[in-house]
Amino acid sequence: MATVTREKFDNIIEIKNVTKVFDGITAVDNVSLSVRRGEFVTLLGPSGCGKTTLLRMIAGFEMPTSGTILLEKQDVTTVPPHLRPINTVFQKYALFPHLNVFKNIAFGLKLKKIPTGEFDKKGRPIFRKFTKDEIAEKVERVLKLVNLEAYGYREITGLSGGQQQRVAIARAIVCEPKVLLLDEPLGALDLKMRKEMQSELAAMHRNIGITFIYVTHDQEEALTMSDKVVVMTDGAVQQYGTPKKIYDEPANAFVADFIGESNILSGVMKNDFLVEFCGTQFKCLDKGFDKDEQVDLVVRPEDIAISAKKGALKGEVVSTVFKGTYYEMEIVAGDYQFTVQNTTEYVAGSKVWLTIEPDGIHIMKKLKTVNAFDGEVTSETTVEFCGGEFEFDNKDNFERGDEVRVSVPFDKIELTDDEDDGVIGANVTQTLYKGSYYQVQVYTDDDQDFLIDTVDEWDIGDRVGIKINPNDITVTRKKNDVASDGEGGDANAKATEEEGEADGE
Amino acid sequence: MSKNVKNGLIWAFVGVMLAVMYIPIIILIIYSFTGAKALGVWSGFSFELYADLFTNESIMSAFKNSLVLALVSSLLSTLLGTTAAVGIFYMRKWRKPAANFIANITMENAEIVTGVTFMMFFLVLRIPYGWTTLIIAHTMITTPYVILSVTPKLSQLNPNLYEAGLDLGASPIRSMFTVIVPQLIPGMLSGFVMAFALSLDDFIVSKFVNGSVETIPVYLYNALAKRGADPTLRALSSILFVAVLAVLIALNVVAAKRRNRNIVK
Repeated sequence: MATVTREKFDNIIEIKNVTKVFDGITAVDNVSLSVRRGEFVTLLGPSGCGKTTLLRMIAGFEMPTSGTILLEKQDVTTVPPHLRPINTVFQKYALFPHLNVFKNIAFGLKLKKIPTGEFDKKGRPIFRKFTKDEIAEKVERVLKLVNLEAYGYREITGLSGGQQQRVAIARAIVCEPKVLLLDEPLGALDLKMRKEMQSELAAMHRNIGITFIYVTHDQEEALTMSDKVVVMTDGAVQQYGTPKKIYDEPANAFVADFIGESNILSGVMKNDFLVEFCGTQFKCLDKGFDKDEQVDLVVRPEDIAISAKKGALKGEVVSTVFKGTYYEMEIVAGDYQFTVQNTTEYVAGSKVWLTIEPDGIHIMKKLKTVNAFDGEVTSETTVEFCGGEFEFDNKDNFERGDEVRVSVPFDKIELTDDEDDGVIGANVTQTLYKGSYYQVQVYTDDDQDFLIDTVDEWDIGDRVGIKINPNDITVTRKKNDVASDGEGGDANAKATEEEGEADGE
Repeated sequence: MSKNVKNGLIWAFVGVMLAVMYIPIIILIIYSFTGAKALGVWSGFSFELYADLFTNESIMSAFKNSLVLALVSSLLSTLLGTTAAVGIFYMRKWRKPAANFIANITMENAEIVTGVTFMMFFLVLRIPYGWTTLIIAHTMITTPYVILSVTPKLSQLNPNLYEAGLDLGASPIRSMFTVIVPQLIPGMLSGFVMAFALSLDDFIVSKFVNGSVETIPVYLYNALAKRGADPTLRALSSILFVAVLAVLIALNVVAAKRRNRNIVK
């Protein structure tokens, strides 16, 4: 895979602090990213995460609200698309229906100006256009590359989806762009066709050596084809790395949940290389966390060994499904429901022992351990934060106007179906199953995010109300953030012990 | 049984409707092939009226005026309507319905009001009635129909088509003309034919702004008002009817062919 150009380690594209706001909604939020020459980089994320917007800014169809985009060290942020040496394969191909296959592919070539090698009197290079024969030769060559020889004089409307896709790719690469952008190009194809095109695209990338930037929401596609994967949610980059790194060492719980099947649990670091979850201590390969730090951890279903006789965790099989080459079993052990993949089947109801080797456990920093916000006391019993006035138990006699730090444990927040039943409204943006409960992330209307542990299942995009019991709001005087965070950590530790009380409805 | 009765009633109703609409026209066409002065008198088959028609200089000049006016104004309205349709299509939020509403006013307005408005408008601007005013007025009243026939073509376009042109190195203007316009041509053509037919047919607005220029509808009216029912008008009406019928049939045949091609695809 390694090519000569790769060894230069030069960045062909550099995105610096790019933000894009549409009508007050932030689609891309302060993203910085560099892409090395010749790499196959995939932007991966759920729909609406900003990946397509980022791609369209690289192509030049959208202008960033702020930030810069460099192409080979040149600032191209404001260069219009027709002057960028970048070509795009669009999601629905966008072929020209009034032209045949040959003319579609020749469209870009006819407009291209190439240096003749000669210079005019002022020393400026003289440009010329491709001749008819040159164009014909290039088109034939690229048609061969996409396996469409002899299709040159077919009409676009007579082609199948897969063939149209090949024409779209041919039309883009025939211009020999510095970077090829692909916006979910395989989304409209059926599964079999998609698999075929995946390997063809990967082979094409190796052969022609052009930098590919690929957008998809299909994590399998991203992992199989790319050199690097950029995982995005909410307009921000969550993680940037090789597929293996992202699969084995996800940066946080959301990446772990998005990439592949996984068991995501909360645990406590007892020491370097020692983590406790499900009431049991496990050896792991991670260090550098504080003693007793709250962490998220991910265990892949194939990394859990099952035995009828011995192991670290005792559990009971709840269900089992044959998946072709292995069995996928749901096993309840120590309050958590694990998904386990194994080639041996244990029937539902059987008692089993689970073992997890140290390299099967990956520890991740918690995004946060408690919901903490800046607020202001508005009366003897109310405090305002996140755009709403909440009642609280004013034990420390705060006065109206006091600026305070407010913290609420994850499991002390109640979500209501009807927005009007809550103090403030919010949108559900993420939900994560953690074995025995869901961790839901919501964004309030003033762009603050809450994490909520709940046994109820909510869907992404749900509009909910937020309600908090006055006794569960901890208000501290605003001194410095470290103090309140520490307190928040304790509150959360207590909270996890009281699992189950968070039941809202 | 009852189904047969129902079907019979439907066909009877349709038959009566068609008869009421077309019998007068058919009678007119039949009597255009006889030289008698009064309608309803058959004085033997002859092309006399057609011969009179084509030798009558004022009719021929009105005919020529109508054709030139229809051609010029429908070309202008095709240009104007297409650019307007593209502009309106890419508008956002409240601007789009607002622009559509304004564009449709001349279509929904009573023609007599439109006519009077144009008359006063040109009077205020001191533009003498004649060719200029006729062309402006006809262009304005036919443009909405072009917008209406081009807009559906725009909404059928792949949303990335224009960007694909830019992406391959075409400037915005070039991408518009080499990528978008070719997709709109069928819509522009049917808009043009509709504008042409409407202009040819228009009497009310023309009557207010024509000055000394006589179009066929205006000539017909003036001739009837001055000299009563001239028998040559029977021949003229027949020709107009057959011509419009031919255009309508041609349009439908083209549309049907295009539909078939799309189904094959």
